[in-house]
Amino acid sequence: MKKIITMIGLATLLITSVARATEVFVLSANPSHIHVLAASCATCHGTNGNGVDQTKPLAGIGKTDFLTKMLAFKSGERKATVMHRHAKGLNAQEIEGLAAYFSAQIPRQPSALPSQVLNKNHAN
Amino acid sequence: MQINRRDFVKLTGVSLGLGLGLANASLSAFARATKPPIGRVVIIGGGYAGATAAKYLRLWSLGAIEVIVVEAHQQFVSCPLSNLVLGGSKSINDLTFGYDALKANHGIQWVHDTVTAVDPDAKKITMLRGDLSYDRLIVAPGVDFIYDDLPMLASAEAQQQIPHAWKAGWQTVNLRKQLEAMPEGGVFVMNVPKAPYRCPPGPYERVCQVASYLKAHKPRSKIIVLDANAEIISKKGLFIKAWANLYPGIVDYRPDSTVTNVDVATKTVTTDFDKVSADVLNIIPPQQAGKIAKIANLTEKDYPWCEANFLTYESKLVKNVHVLGDSVAAGLPKSAHMATNQAKVCANAIVQLMAGLAPDSAPVFANTCYSFVTDKTAMHVANVYRYDAAKKIMISAEGGGVSSAPSDKEGEYAASWAQNIWTDVLT
Repeated sequence: MKKIITMIGLATLLITSVARATEVFVLSANPSHIHVLAASCATCHGTNGNGVDQTKPLAGIGKTDFLTKMLAFKSGERKATVMHRHAKGLNAQEIEGLAAYFSAQIPRQPSALPSQVLNKNHAN
Repeated sequence: MQINRRDFVKLTGVSLGLGLGLANASLSAFARATKPPIGRVVIIGGGYAGATAAKYLRLWSLGAIEVIVVEAHQQFVSCPLSNLVLGGSKSINDLTFGYDALKANHGIQWVHDTVTAVDPDAKKITMLRGDLSYDRLIVAPGVDFIYDDLPMLASAEAQQQIPHAWKAGWQTVNLRKQLEAMPEGGVFVMNVPKAPYRCPPGPYERVCQVASYLKAHKPRSKIIVLDANAEIISKKGLFIKAWANLYPGIVDYRPDSTVTNVDVATKTVTTDFDKVSADVLNIIPPQQAGKIAKIANLTEKDYPWCEANFLTYESKLVKNVHVLGDSVAAGLPKSAHMATNQAKVCANAIVQLMAGLAPDSAPVFANTCYSFVTDKTAMHVANVYRYDAAKKIMISAEGGGVSSAPSDKEGEYAASWAQNIWTDVLT
């Protein structure tokens, strides 16, 4: 009897966690391959393409605009300081995926993180 | 002491609800947070890798994964740009940040403590204040220094005389003060440890920054560079040109020069071939994975870095424990951008795994790394890296490389890179 109750308990737990898991998956709007790649761009272009400072914002960029520029960086037709290195390393499918991703992001104007005075007791 | 969730919240005073009560909380975030989590991830280390993993785990799980960071420091001090403190164009206070925005924006629980043990069988860690259980653990401790061959530099007193300044903070400030106090005509001596170490171009950028200060303020002084490697290991041609063109007669570079002994009192350095006396001495010791990686058995005997699966960053040695950042044996540059990339691939994989799905089988990410050769001129090395399914490693894609020459424009890009990575990682 005890065993059966435990089994029912486990089954309920399993169903609950699967339901929860499915919800997480469904709510994750982007296929993970592209959203992880897009997150790599955040170092210069900001989280979800909303940069601070002077780097070109990518959130809300026109799909065609993004595609045209990236493909021109890739072919070398458009001169770049750094972007040609990234464009050349990506394949056409990834560039298309990034175009769709960034064009779907909501443009915001985040402010840069303010710095602080270093604490006296900081190690190192 | 065993801490359950309720006790834990009381103990830290940083509950999910409290965090969300602050700025940027949205109703939907609140709705999500009220549901029971699908799993708990504990992250040891709040540097570039650990802080990024925490944020993106919360973002990509839509708040369904409970995230607890254990970090020994109260503040984040950026290693990128810290060489500019030596040059004088930045202050350490320009590079120091708090964790409050990150915690509040994403409902991340935070414990200011040190981890002393990891029990992978019981899935729990031990901190000074007690235990904490996890479903998955992320270990992101950065690097530790190896003092086996240079035991005279292991103490805090010795490092007051001869700072490494290779973890940004008071040692950086100390080294700058020593440089300011150095007499005109003096000799600044620094070393480059045997690779791999944190930030491959970092020591050579430091040479530029020190030389830039000397050129402006003490032009009869010089800098001797003792490199344990056979040659400059990053942006070689660019650095050689920068030293010759910008700092002629100031930089004396010596390859194949491993530091074998240091006399702390006289600031005298011995290598296999040389004995050099310094007015200001900066020794960067050889490096290994952070201490907790060793404690958690993530390294094998005689190899100081952690082997990981590059689809998930799960340790090859310990199940359900992931390792990120400079501690990973990735064969790739140990850079801040790389640490954040690994953290994002890992966070995504954990979300997928906890949702019962397979992680991305072909991750791709980019690395951009700038070095400043003057106070405002910089140059890059940039590459895309792609997972190779046959070799099971990340390999460099075509098109990567370095600047043709340093420029002011790249200096502006580098400054913007810093603002954006700080904002991405810490807000």
